[in-house]
Amino acid sequence: MNRYPAWKYALLVIALLVGLVYTLPNFFGEAPAVQVSSGKATLKLDSAMARRVEEILAKASLKADFVQFEGASVKARFADLDAQRKAKDALNAALNPDPTNPSYIVALNLLSRSPGWLTSLHALPMFLGLDLRGGVYFLMQVDMKSALTKRAEAVTGDIRALLRDKNLRHAGITRDGNNVEVRFRDRETVNAARTLLGDQLPDLQWTEAADGTDIKLTGNLKPDAAKRVQDTAIAQNITTLHNRVNELGTSEPVIQQQGADRIVVQLPGVQDTARAKDIIGRTATLELRMVDSSAEAGAAVTGAGPVPFGTERYVERNGSPLIVKKQVVLTGDNLTDAQPSFDGQTHEPIVSLTVDAKGARIMKDLTRDNVGQRMAILLFEKGKGEVITAPVIRSELGSHFQISGRMTAEEASDTALLLRAGSLAAPMDIIEEKTIGPSLGAENILKGFHSVMFGFAAIALFMCLYYMLFGVVSTLALGFNLLLLIAVLSMLQATLSLPGIAAIALTLGMAIDSNVLINERIREELRGGAAPQTAIHNGYERAWATILDSNVTTLIAGLALLAFGSGPVRGFAVVHCLGIITSMFSAVVFSRGLVNLWYGRQKKLKSVAIGQVWKPQASVPAAKA
Amino acid sequence: MEFFRFSRDIPFMRHALVFNVISALTFLAAVFFLATRGLHFSIEFTGGIVMQTTYAQTADVEKVRINVEKLNFGEVLVQNFGSSRDVIIRLPAAKGVKQSDVVTSVFDTLCKAESGTVSTQEVRTDKGEVSTRPVCSASNAEPVRLQSVEFVGPQVGRELAVNGAYALLAVVVGIMLYLAIRFEWKFAVAAIVANLHDVIIILGFFAFFQWEFNLTVLAAVLAVLGYSVNESVVIFDRIREAFRRFRKMNTHEVIDHAITSTMSRTIITHGCTQMMVLSMLIFGGPTLHGFAIALTIGILFGIYSSVFVAAAIAMWLGVKREDLVKPGGTSKELDPDDPNAGAVV
Repeated sequence: MNRYPAWKYALLVIALLVGLVYTLPNFFGEAPAVQVSSGKATLKLDSAMARRVEEILAKASLKADFVQFEGASVKARFADLDAQRKAKDALNAALNPDPTNPSYIVALNLLSRSPGWLTSLHALPMFLGLDLRGGVYFLMQVDMKSALTKRAEAVTGDIRALLRDKNLRHAGITRDGNNVEVRFRDRETVNAARTLLGDQLPDLQWTEAADGTDIKLTGNLKPDAAKRVQDTAIAQNITTLHNRVNELGTSEPVIQQQGADRIVVQLPGVQDTARAKDIIGRTATLELRMVDSSAEAGAAVTGAGPVPFGTERYVERNGSPLIVKKQVVLTGDNLTDAQPSFDGQTHEPIVSLTVDAKGARIMKDLTRDNVGQRMAILLFEKGKGEVITAPVIRSELGSHFQISGRMTAEEASDTALLLRAGSLAAPMDIIEEKTIGPSLGAENILKGFHSVMFGFAAIALFMCLYYMLFGVVSTLALGFNLLLLIAVLSMLQATLSLPGIAAIALTLGMAIDSNVLINERIREELRGGAAPQTAIHNGYERAWATILDSNVTTLIAGLALLAFGSGPVRGFAVVHCLGIITSMFSAVVFSRGLVNLWYGRQKKLKSVAIGQVWKPQASVPAAKA
Repeated sequence: MEFFRFSRDIPFMRHALVFNVISALTFLAAVFFLATRGLHFSIEFTGGIVMQTTYAQTADVEKVRINVEKLNFGEVLVQNFGSSRDVIIRLPAAKGVKQSDVVTSVFDTLCKAESGTVSTQEVRTDKGEVSTRPVCSASNAEPVRLQSVEFVGPQVGRELAVNGAYALLAVVVGIMLYLAIRFEWKFAVAAIVANLHDVIIILGFFAFFQWEFNLTVLAAVLAVLGYSVNESVVIFDRIREAFRRFRKMNTHEVIDHAITSTMSRTIITHGCTQMMVLSMLIFGGPTLHGFAIALTIGILFGIYSSVFVAAAIAMWLGVKREDLVKPGGTSKELDPDDPNAGAVV
């Protein structure tokens, strides 16, 4: 009765192998590496950069373990710190000929030392939380109210322009918080305006009220429109933060939304909070200017003549120079949206832009006189301008217009992103901040590791002494549990923090309960006079219901922590919940497998090594009644 | 080896009243301390600034306190953290002052007190990571080092407290539902009452000794709730089984039997968990200290409450055989140990 079919053993062996493979990368530690990422919003890296890095390293006769393009950066791993430093200098010299205006950021970094075959299996080490490796943590509150106010402000302008276009006379348009109020003198105009505004601005809902002799229309954003405004604001802020944080060259920045209106920024390895804040808080500005197409400017482009008075020379993204007038036509403040899309007729990728009412008026005046000319859209960061795009004006433009021509869909979305990346959609405040020194992190790892190790050793020693062979089985099952837990955490690429390590320790301490229950049951069956094989069978069968019940209640507590916890509590809860699930598998299925393997084949089993089984006088201990 | 040899059931329930009085008194004491002293919440809940510094020599906590108080940032708390060289400084969340300015000026003051000067330096760790941070240097030495800075705005804290309460509520409701479905509502009520009393007692200890109550302690408290309910479940499981097996025993005796036969498992399991927790208490350092303490108290009172309180409450609530062994149907077939089972003539 105590035999497993072959497939169950196969399952266990597979689980063991998978557990080993995915746990393994955590033991290799980290090696020095150099990371090359883009230093400018307008510059995007691709896989060609990896080859270029390889060439530069080869020229400097430096041997990298590997060079790979990943995400938005190229990483090269080295055997020692010396090679890493030399590689950084070589790459910096080759990639950034002008040190005052670097195009690329070359930063020192750490990469896992685990061999390539493991990485190709997606067996990667766990991330270490900030408390274990040091770094800066910010929690930022996005001011949603001002995002809505900004939107209401833009809408107010739009309404003014719409009413003027249709010659509907109003007695004043005002913005009150997030509401827009329009006053009218007579009923007829009100009705006409209501139809017009309802058609043109579907995001608003209108209510009518008498205001003295006037009639007042109050428009407020529909809830779903307001939610859309907030979602875009958060998304845009996150994009902007990403662009800025890249400059810190930090290894794995985490920028995530938390809740409806918060953003978490984690910068491992960064210690200088002031500089980090400086970079996060920096604003970039977008400017729209005309391109100078005069003969003098043409000469300046080829280098034959000087740059004409009142113009500046910029370089386009494809490298060709451009002479741009100094006068600013529009700024990013007037640009309300930029989205990639496709042209209705030609199906070419385009970028469609929306400017507010003031912007639309300026665009109209400007483009009417300048059809056939080029305008340039420039992004200013750290006081330096870059041309994002310089399209030719084809016709008179209004509040909605598009940029088209020889773009791939990816280029269109990049351009749209850059146009929006200028500034934050809504201001942010830092409401929580943590800085953890790297030595403190290393100390925390060691402390956590020691806690688990010594605790495990104590339990293992006790179990082996008290339950003999069954204790050994329980210990192996507990070790298997630890292996599975770490493997699952590595597979999920979870971030391990100190509370997470505490959860591992606690989960192990609690997981032994299942094995104690089983072993006590088997002893009890033996005490009751059952034959050894029957005792093992019944012991496992009867303990199972109890194990399930007790684990479910613990899991409920874990899930509640997961649902309502934040930060450290969440890290604790994830590990705790996963640990309960792996412990059910290892304590019941795995330990049974071992016992079956050992005892199952012996037909005439006389005794089992489960420590002393003491029998009271009466055969059934409680049958006194 | 076998520690526990019970030749007959221990009559726990005969003394149920005494145990209930003891736990009622402990519970009242805990509530009293919670009400009078209150919990010493960490800045995660209250908002504020915490700076952790390490001195090269043993730190003079009193001197540090006097120096920081001179800066007038409000109520300052200075204490050792872990070793005599580590000092932790707590400041309330200052209104109108940028918190980075507060940190900079405090660190400046500490550095000057050690006759050093603060400069921002690029530091290279042994792993090859480069970071810049403010460094206090005095004649080629680093008398004081800034290990970590934490700043929490007040609105975050309020949310944490609310979420903590929700989590507690979710645990209580979830466990009660599960137990009511799996066993009986009387057991559900008994288990929750017994284990909430554990939670209150843990909080009472934290209030009495004014230990810091932070997020990890909160996690520990909720984990204990799940853990000690698990203890009650094991006993309830036995009670149900004993009701089925020993038809002649009355409720008293059934509960006594259930507790006695799980005693060995209870002590060994908790002993093992406690070994792990003890290991955290010894090796885990100051960050895990509160966590481990909360668990230790939780484990000890968890045993007590499951054994003596939960079962007794279930008994007062009038648990009967009929509640667990479903009437109707042939009960003989339900009984796995009936020697005549299946022998139908």
